Amino acid sequence: MSSNDQKDIDEVTGTDTTGHSWDGIKELNNPLPRWWLWCFYITIVWGIAYTIAYPAWPLVSSATSGMLGYSTRGEVAQDIARFEDANAEISAQLAAADLNVLNENPELLRYANSAGGAVFRNNCSQCHGSGAAGFVGYPNLLDDDWLWGGDFASIEYTVRHGIRNEEDWDARWSEMTAYDDIFSNDEVDQVVQYVRLISGQEHDAGLAAAGEGLFLDNCAACHGDNGMGNRDLGAPNLTDAIWLYGGDLASLEETVRYARFGVMPPWGERLSEAEIKAVTAYVHQLGGGE
Amino acid sequence: MGNYIKLIALGGVALFAAVAANWGRDVSYIVHAMIILAVAGFMFVRVLRKMDEPVYATPDGYMDDVIRAGVIATGFWGVVGFLVGVVIAFQLAFPQLNFEVLQPYGNFGRLRPLHTSAVIFAFGGNALIMSSFYIVQRTCGARLWGGNLAWFVFWGYNLFIILAATGYLLGGTQSKEYAEPEWYVDIWLTIVWVAFLLVYLGTIFKRTEKHIYVANWFLLSFIVTVAMLHIVNNISIPVSIWGSKSVQVFSGVQDAMVQWWYGHNAVGFFLTAGFLGMMYYFVPKQAGRPVFSYKLSIIHFWALIFLYIWAGPHHLHYTALPDWASTLGMVFSIILWMPSWGGMINGLMTLQGAWDKLRTDPIIRMMVISLAFYGMSTFEGPMMSIRAVNSLSHYTDWTIGHVHSGALGWNGMITFSALYFLTPKLWGRAQMYSMSAINWHFWLATIGIILYAASMWVTGIMEGLMWREVDANGFLVNSFADTVSAKFPMYVVRGLGGVLYLSGALIMAWNMFMTIRGGARVAAPVGVPAE
Repeated sequence: MSSNDQKDIDEVTGTDTTGHSWDGIKELNNPLPRWWLWCFYITIVWGIAYTIAYPAWPLVSSATSGMLGYSTRGEVAQDIARFEDANAEISAQLAAADLNVLNENPELLRYANSAGGAVFRNNCSQCHGSGAAGFVGYPNLLDDDWLWGGDFASIEYTVRHGIRNEEDWDARWSEMTAYDDIFSNDEVDQVVQYVRLISGQEHDAGLAAAGEGLFLDNCAACHGDNGMGNRDLGAPNLTDAIWLYGGDLASLEETVRYARFGVMPPWGERLSEAEIKAVTAYVHQLGGGE
Repeated sequence: MGNYIKLIALGGVALFAAVAANWGRDVSYIVHAMIILAVAGFMFVRVLRKMDEPVYATPDGYMDDVIRAGVIATGFWGVVGFLVGVVIAFQLAFPQLNFEVLQPYGNFGRLRPLHTSAVIFAFGGNALIMSSFYIVQRTCGARLWGGNLAWFVFWGYNLFIILAATGYLLGGTQSKEYAEPEWYVDIWLTIVWVAFLLVYLGTIFKRTEKHIYVANWFLLSFIVTVAMLHIVNNISIPVSIWGSKSVQVFSGVQDAMVQWWYGHNAVGFFLTAGFLGMMYYFVPKQAGRPVFSYKLSIIHFWALIFLYIWAGPHHLHYTALPDWASTLGMVFSIILWMPSWGGMINGLMTLQGAWDKLRTDPIIRMMVISLAFYGMSTFEGPMMSIRAVNSLSHYTDWTIGHVHSGALGWNGMITFSALYFLTPKLWGRAQMYSMSAINWHFWLATIGIILYAASMWVTGIMEGLMWREVDANGFLVNSFADTVSAKFPMYVVRGLGGVLYLSGALIMAWNMFMTIRGGARVAAPVGVPAE
């Protein structure tokens, strides 16, 4: 390039060009910018040093483990161990605690709420919502309308065994009948209107009156003569304004015809004793604990 | 004779496609078979009708028709890709926009690969193919090799895009990011890509210039490496030749590693090396200045292509990938920083002696901002590959922001300036129809990128911090849904940034259309009161 007999010099900068030209494009013969080159060297030196310090180079059946003995799994395990050590004592205390007198121990109560909140956000919020306000088919845990009971023991049982699942033989279990084949279309309308009546909603008085007998014969066994529900069977109270699947005509008709079958998984195997206690205490204090 | 072979081949393909359409196991495969049947049938009739026409001698000049088609395709796919991007940005902010009636086709999950493939492969790919055809002819002083093979590359590549896009909407995907098309689409792309390589290499072989210009090194490395990446990452066994489903040969962490070896080098060789090739031609041409340093271009070229290929593991920090591989990925990424910047330095310093053009030439302005975004994202990338930084940034919107500052800023802007350079040249116009429209495009796009990148930085770092936040006892403070709802305002800002970027592209499309139609706009004189 510089061996060309005639040097081609760029007028604007006074720099040599390489003497080539492609479609009018020339190249200046500038050296590598020094700062650029030094930064490049520094990153290379740093890179070599880093691979000596940390696990890096593959060998035949393993890899260099690095002088610092670092591993990503080790780092996480350390973090977890640090908190577990710090919490060991109070966690054991919680696992053995009687939740009914938890209020008497403010430090333990605070720990239970913070641990229970984390358990809830990680495991329960997907269905019950991060604010625990529930969703269609997933109960709201903020109110005092409990399907299976809202005292510590009931909540703990529900958490441990779940509802209508196949995995845990002790799961809470009940099953509403689907009345599609049992009731005529008129009878479905009548029962629906009767439920509208007892829940204090707009209804057709004539149909509702006709539905009362049907309700007492078919529904009252679980939901009670007055429709107030039965916690032993997880049968919802139909007289309040709280609906798990909706209190409008279409939702009620769907419920009567095809029934509902809400499932909750058991957590007894997945959560530790302390975590179960903690999430029980957390749910209990959300608003409706009994 | 050649025509008879063509007819037999096309007839065979059409027949096979007809059988495939009949026996296809899934809707994506059936629709694709019908598309292929239509294309093969059309080509069959076309060849048949031209049988008796005399064969003309190959013209001597540059082969520019195919580049004109590529310019139009680039503009078209750009607008389509940006539009889908805006739609999915708002779908994330307002999930109701996943309208019930459009399910499952209009779901975010299906539109998202449509967006990424449309912008990277349709917009970026057409830009790379057409500009490499333009550059290789000009800098080699030779007509494209292979006659109509260049046309096969253009139409074949765009058929690949149609097959990919319809496949995503109809549910035909192998679920590998940026490599979603199923096995037969992959095979087709391989054929097209080999043809592309042949045209390109053939042209370089018959060049009349003694030396090979630096842009061609980059473009050639892009073509060769993308072929290798594409083939290895798509090794799979079809469940049936009558269906689109296939099974990957690699599994588990090996599959993840191959995928990100591919994914990262799609960034490295498609979006970096290929576009650096464009930059090395269009920037000196538009500025009318020599390239800053020949030495720098050699060193940073070889360093870039040697180092990039090892950096993929940084996508898999803190996963099942062994620590040693993750360390090497990180180290190579950091060492890659300066070689990447070599391209920015060479591009920006080429303007030495022409900086005044920043005030007068909106195309130069676009090139400069493009190089600035290139520099920013090639600094951000190595930084995010550091394990400690990655523990915060991984899986967050920060990554999305990083990708878009590179894609919208670097790839988008350099492509727009190439289109503004090429359109008047290819259609024999003095300049673009409206220079002030280019200015509008510049500002709309720049503000759009800033809104996009800034909102994603904010929401990315915020969600990273929220995910790792623990209380005094070490318990997580936030649920995932909490972070989603906290991001909402930034998602709206991101969508607005996309709207600005899209409107800039629409102005460009209009400007290109008016330029091709002919005539330059007469600028209204300033300061003269209306009569």
